[in-house]
Amino acid sequence: MSRSTEILLALIGAALVLALAWAVPWLRFVMTIALAKGLAVLGILLLLRAGQVSFGHALYLAFAAYAVAFGASVVPETLVLLPLAALGAALLGLVVGLFVVRYREIFFGMLNLALSMVFYSVLEKFYAITHGTDGIRLPPTTFAGQTLSNEAQGWAMLVLALLLSLGFGALIRAYLASPMGQALAGIKTRETRLEFMGISGRRVLLAAYVLSALMAGCGGAVLAMTTRHVTPALAYWTASGELVFIAILGGAGSVFGPFLGAVAYELTRVYAAALVADAWQMILGLVLLLVILFAPGGLWGMGRALLARRRSA
Amino acid sequence: MVAKIVAPPALSQPGSGHVLGPVTRRAALLGAMGGVGSLALAGRSAQAQASKPAEIKVGIATFLSGPSSVFGVPGRQAAEMLFDELNEAGGIGGVKVRPIFVDEGPGVDHFVGEYRRLVQSENVNLIFAGISSADCLACAPLSDEMKRPTLLWDCGTQRIFEDGKYEYAFRTQANATPEVLSALLYLLRAKPDFRSIAVVNQDYAWGRDSWDIFRTGLQALKPGVRVAAELFPRFGATDFSTEITRLLALRPDVVLSTTWGGDLDAFIRQSFDRKLFERSTFVLPLAESSLERVGKSLPAGHIIGARGDHWFLHPSPRDPALLARFTENYRKRFNTYPIYSTHHMAQAVFAMKAAYEKAIAAKGGAWPTDAELAAAFKGLEFPSLTGSVRIREDGQGLEDQLIGTTLHTDKYPFAVMTDMVVFPAASVTAPVGQKSLDWLKTLKPDMVQALPQPVAYKP
Amino acid sequence: MGDWLSQNGLLLGLATLDGLSYAAAVFMVAVGLNLVFGVLRILNIAHGSLYAIGGYAAASLSLFLSSRGLPEWLSLPALVVAAALVGVLLGPVIERLLLRRVEGQEPVLQLLVTFALFMVLEDLQKLVWGVQPVVSDTPVRLLGNVEIPFGADTIPFTAYQLFVLPGIALLTLVGLAWFLRRTLAGRMIVAVTEDREAARAMGIDAAKVTLLTFTAGAALAALGGALASPVASLVPGVGAQTIVLSFAVVATAGLGRVEGAAVTALLIGLGRAFAVYFEPELEVVVPYIIMVLVLLIRPQGLFGTPETRRI
Repeated sequence: MSRSTEILLALIGAALVLALAWAVPWLRFVMTIALAKGLAVLGILLLLRAGQVSFGHALYLAFAAYAVAFGASVVPETLVLLPLAALGAALLGLVVGLFVVRYREIFFGMLNLALSMVFYSVLEKFYAITHGTDGIRLPPTTFAGQTLSNEAQGWAMLVLALLLSLGFGALIRAYLASPMGQALAGIKTRETRLEFMGISGRRVLLAAYVLSALMAGCGGAVLAMTTRHVTPALAYWTASGELVFIAILGGAGSVFGPFLGAVAYELTRVYAAALVADAWQMILGLVLLLVILFAPGGLWGMGRALLARRRSA
Repeated sequence: MVAKIVAPPALSQPGSGHVLGPVTRRAALLGAMGGVGSLALAGRSAQAQASKPAEIKVGIATFLSGPSSVFGVPGRQAAEMLFDELNEAGGIGGVKVRPIFVDEGPGVDHFVGEYRRLVQSENVNLIFAGISSADCLACAPLSDEMKRPTLLWDCGTQRIFEDGKYEYAFRTQANATPEVLSALLYLLRAKPDFRSIAVVNQDYAWGRDSWDIFRTGLQALKPGVRVAAELFPRFGATDFSTEITRLLALRPDVVLSTTWGGDLDAFIRQSFDRKLFERSTFVLPLAESSLERVGKSLPAGHIIGARGDHWFLHPSPRDPALLARFTENYRKRFNTYPIYSTHHMAQAVFAMKAAYEKAIAAKGGAWPTDAELAAAFKGLEFPSLTGSVRIREDGQGLEDQLIGTTLHTDKYPFAVMTDMVVFPAASVTAPVGQKSLDWLKTLKPDMVQALPQPVAYKP
Repeated sequence: MGDWLSQNGLLLGLATLDGLSYAAAVFMVAVGLNLVFGVLRILNIAHGSLYAIGGYAAASLSLFLSSRGLPEWLSLPALVVAAALVGVLLGPVIERLLLRRVEGQEPVLQLLVTFALFMVLEDLQKLVWGVQPVVSDTPVRLLGNVEIPFGADTIPFTAYQLFVLPGIALLTLVGLAWFLRRTLAGRMIVAVTEDREAARAMGIDAAKVTLLTFTAGAALAALGGALASPVASLVPGVGAQTIVLSFAVVATAGLGRVEGAAVTALLIGLGRAFAVYFEPELEVVVPYIIMVLVLLIRPQGLFGTPETRRI
């Protein structure tokens, strides 16, 4: 797919999200959450390129969300909190990354899971500070110094999430095409070969890992400022599983996948919950099974195949 | 034919008026499309409907998945039963009521979205939310933002109205402070000489909070008690054997546990199997919800509570027939005794009915707007299954507390309560504007002497 | 140190007893997952669901037996029968219908198939057994208590906890080790674990081995749940909590090593018990701390062999 088609597609997608949020007000919230998660999933996609599955990336999402929750009582400014929280998550990603990039496959996945579960326990243990599972309610934040109405704040967050998604989407696309991105794929096929060329597999993975933590941090910050309530459940292992779920649902082949997957995931969940309040989980599970068994390229892959067929017909 | 339960009106009821109001164009459109289609396209509706609606839609958030569904599902069952009975009796002011259930299981971020969907897409008139304190903390500000009356029907944290002020959120039951304090007061009178205590609470907000309340109260009312152990096993733990061994070795006079659900069942059974009940007196403020399941594994002589004055053998219910009918109907339909969460649901339903009737009466029979309905909850006094509840000016409900001692009888295959004390709500609830932990520190030991007399079990 | 020991020596003894019985439970939770991972190279997330279903099935069977007025001792073999039934009924179905279809695909897809299955089973289990806690403690009551001396005092332990759980865990460990080393089928499993391609080349029917292993793994998961059912209360969400623990064990143990799972279970069991006695706040994070420490020192896990670098 050519670059201009992709730009066009991205813009059409953004316009669709905005239109949907305008036509159906309650979906504006759902769309913002979906994009926030999409940002984190973009990081999962990056690691998937290296053949590594992190089952603990909710750690960075939750870390940034709590950073925003605590920071908001000091500087209640969205445009300060967001970058700070994201940088904090990236820094944490660097520290953790230095340790986990030495491991591959199941050990990589499980260490990530263990660390996110430790963070989950810490959030519960330091009850006096975090209020445990009750969570922290965020005070209202300003946007570029302006105090916005709830309605305007909702729109601001959606637009912010959209801009971040477009920006990071473009960045990751360029990154994957760059030597660093190509080297990631090298880790997946044969890491030893990479090292024969004088490239350190660990360093390549570390760069991607920190970048993924940064994006998860952005997602977490947006999530916190949208739901305006954070709880330790954000860091539970099922939340990490959800991110991987979305990555596969959307398709790992393109930077569109995470966002397509996140929107589809959130909509499915909302509609499943509305139709059968006590079996929504089963519906999500069945959807995932169908996608894996019949469209392993995810929704994006499915869409592409359809397009290709139409073109050839 | 069993008589149906309908909450007695709190105020004299105005004429029922015409049954069906004019159906709005939007409602007709929605009805025509039905199903999923309506979900996507619904939106942009007038916020304050002053004309009589075709039906009163109530969004009900409860746990339908995860461990908390031991309360959530009985809560939903009670709601289904009470809504049916309310409709058979003609609804509220001639308008039928319809519940729309949502699952709290997926967590706060999902629930916040569901709340918006309920308001903006389903266009519900009221929301009952929720069991999880986190969900209540998150939705109380939302209720003000979206101007939709919201009843906090079961969550426990006292922080909601102590840390915030809301115009549209009301709690139709007590909070953690009276629930825990009354158990402490009961213990102080039943066993005044105890010297040491150990706590085994679940490792999450409620477990920590309730111990904070208990300990603060204990230090004020009986300073110098030794805390032998503070154990916080994992939430959802199934194996308490290590904790039990430790307690067997420590032999504290009292073991406190505010644990609930499957965790509590396991803790009671394992303590029974290993004779811990013979060494220490247990204080289990939530054990009423486990009684039927643990059967006679819970021995006689231990202190239990029910997060309120909820007990199907309440010694002095305000309307004995009402309680008996509810218990009977619930048992017939669901084949189990109603537990406290069903009582809490009943209170939310009765409060809704009473508030509508109050608001309609105040408007001379005309249908109230959302704001008028919300205003009606303030200071509202409505019946519960066992007594009555008043909603204070800060939105907090004043609900009596019942604590008793377990007793085995031949009539029931599980422990029942004897020596029951009903604590008047005002005496155990932190006054308006005071934070619970500060208030607890001001309590004086002579408070224990002033308690109401216990009432024995009557077969 | 000497002072501390003389004061706490007795407590250490009690903690060890608790730790051993907990270790047995942890081992039973994780051993099946470990076996499956060794052969299929799939981290089966639905393992937690199989554990829960095994527990529910055992409790239901035991309740059914007692409702029919059959002798109480039957409830003990009923635990094993229920577990075997769950394994035989669900194992092959899952393997044939789902796992086989993603064989050879990306590992993440295989992992997610089990995640999806976990979500489906979680709700299915709720539909079958409801949400109220289920328990049948006949086996525990039946066997009674053992009094363990503690200074001038005695501490009652249940015989079930002290003998049955560790006993079955030990039997499983020895039995499995014997089966894998001494029987043809077992050796075939080991061969596939070590090198699938080479095993195939030797004429081993890898598909059959996979099916056999997965069924055994499912039965072991169910047995773990069944053994817990007389003590624990089964509620929705048990599966999700179980799976994290067994993941930690598998990663710490090293891939597919039964002995590794046993040693790790011992570490976690004892570590947790000592935490409850001496530093209760650490209890919840013990498995993760142990895992991180072990992997820091031995990146391939306790009993894992470092993979040879392929070029």
